[in-house]
Amino acid sequence: MWDRNQMAERAAQELEDGTYVNLGIGIPTLVANYVGDKDITLQSENGMLGMGPFPIAGDEDADLINAGKQTITELDRTAYFDSATSFGMIRGGKIAAAILGAMEVAENGDLANWMIPGKLVKGMGGAMDLVAGVGRVIVVMDHTNKHGDSKVLKSCTLPLTGQGVVHRIITNLGVLDVVAGGLQIVETAEGVTEQELRDATEATIV
Amino acid sequence: MKKIYPNAAAALDGLLHDGMFIASGGFGLCGIPELLLSAIKDAGTKDLTFASNNAGVDDFGIGILLQTKQVKKMISSYVGENAEFMRQYLSGELELEFNPQGTLAERMRAGGCGIPGFYTKTGVGTVIAEGKEHKDFKGETYIMEEGIFADLAIVKAWKADETGNLIFRRTARNFNPPAAMCGKVCVVEVEEIVPTGSLDPDHIHLPGIYVHRLIQGDHEKRIEQRTVREA
Repeated sequence: MWDRNQMAERAAQELEDGTYVNLGIGIPTLVANYVGDKDITLQSENGMLGMGPFPIAGDEDADLINAGKQTITELDRTAYFDSATSFGMIRGGKIAAAILGAMEVAENGDLANWMIPGKLVKGMGGAMDLVAGVGRVIVVMDHTNKHGDSKVLKSCTLPLTGQGVVHRIITNLGVLDVVAGGLQIVETAEGVTEQELRDATEATIV
Repeated sequence: MKKIYPNAAAALDGLLHDGMFIASGGFGLCGIPELLLSAIKDAGTKDLTFASNNAGVDDFGIGILLQTKQVKKMISSYVGENAEFMRQYLSGELELEFNPQGTLAERMRAGGCGIPGFYTKTGVGTVIAEGKEHKDFKGETYIMEEGIFADLAIVKAWKADETGNLIFRRTARNFNPPAAMCGKVCVVEVEEIVPTGSLDPDHIHLPGIYVHRLIQGDHEKRIEQRTVREA
C-alpha cells in the first residue's frame, strides 16, 4: 500500500516535462516535491503562474498567496494576472493537467469533491472550472473511506463537481484509468494484489 | 476629471443606497478593499447584495458587514472561513448563490464588457446547471451564465496615478480588475497615488477609464494563513 507521499510521488510521474499544471489542496500539494528534473510550471488559480515554495519566516507577503490562501513565494519565471484571465487559461484548455483530491469518483469519470448534503457547505471554489477545462484530470485519494467503503463507485452518490471529467485515479492501492465501460487497472501499489484492488473497488473493472 | 477624494466616506458619498448590488475585488483577505468596506459599515447601508469570491472572516473583509447584518445576499465561490456567515445562512437570514470561481470572474468581466451572457462547460451535469439554458457547440454541451452588472464596484489596487490608471501587486490583483469593470461606478482604494506621468503606460494593469473615484490610505493587509518553511 502507498502512503500519502508515495501517492504524490506516483502522481508526479503523470506530469509531462514543459507543461503548466494545477495542484489541488492536500496530497496533490505534495506532488510538487517529486517533479525531479522535469520543467513544470505550477498555476495558482487566484492569479499566478510559476508558484514557488512557502517563504522563510519573516519573508511572508500579504499580497502573495496561493489558492489555499497560504503565503508563498515567486520564481524567476512567475507571471501574475487577474482571476478572469486565470480561469480563461483554465477554461481555454491551456493547463495540461490538474491533480486533485476527491470524496467519490465513478467509473464514468464523474467526480464529487465539493459538497456533502446536510453538512456545512463551503463552496466549490475553482474546482468545477478546473475539471471542466484542463487537459487531463488526475484524482489522488484513499481508495476507501474511514468506514472501509469504496470511494471508487459505479456512480457517485454525492453532488457532482464534474460529469465524466476524470482521466486517471491514483489511490493508496493502485492506479486506474477511466475507459469505455468502466475502469482499467494500470498498476497496483507495492504489496497490493490485483484481487485486493478489485475487492476494494465498487466500480466495474474491465 | 477630478477623481481623488480625501477618504473612503467621501469617495462613497451619494453612491450608497439600501438594497444595492456591489461587486468587490479580493481573494480571501488578499487585495480586499478594506477601507471602503469599513466605510460602508459606518454608512449603515442595508440589504446589500455582494458579488465577491469570498465573504471575509468574522472581523475583517465583508465579515464586518455580516456582523452588522447589512448583507442580504452573497454571490461567492467559497465561504469557508466565516462562522457568522454560516450562522446567518443556516438560520435563513442570508441568501447565498454559489458560483464556480471562474464563472464568477467571467460574469464580472462579461458584464463590464457589455456581454449579457456567455456559454461555459463549467458546471454542466451539476447543481450549478439546474434551470440554466443548455446549448451544444460542436458536440459538447455548455450552459449559459449571465454577465454581472453591479451598481457599484469597490476595488483595491497598489498604485494609481491621478487619472485612475491602476497597478496591482502580485496575487492581490485577483478579482479586482473584473470587479472594477462590472460596476456602473467604480471606487478604488490604493496604497499610493503617484503623479500622472510617473507610471509607464505599458505597465498599466487597468486603465483609468474604469475608475471613477480614488482614495489613498493605510492598509492592514491581514494574512489569513501564514505558512513558512525552514530556512
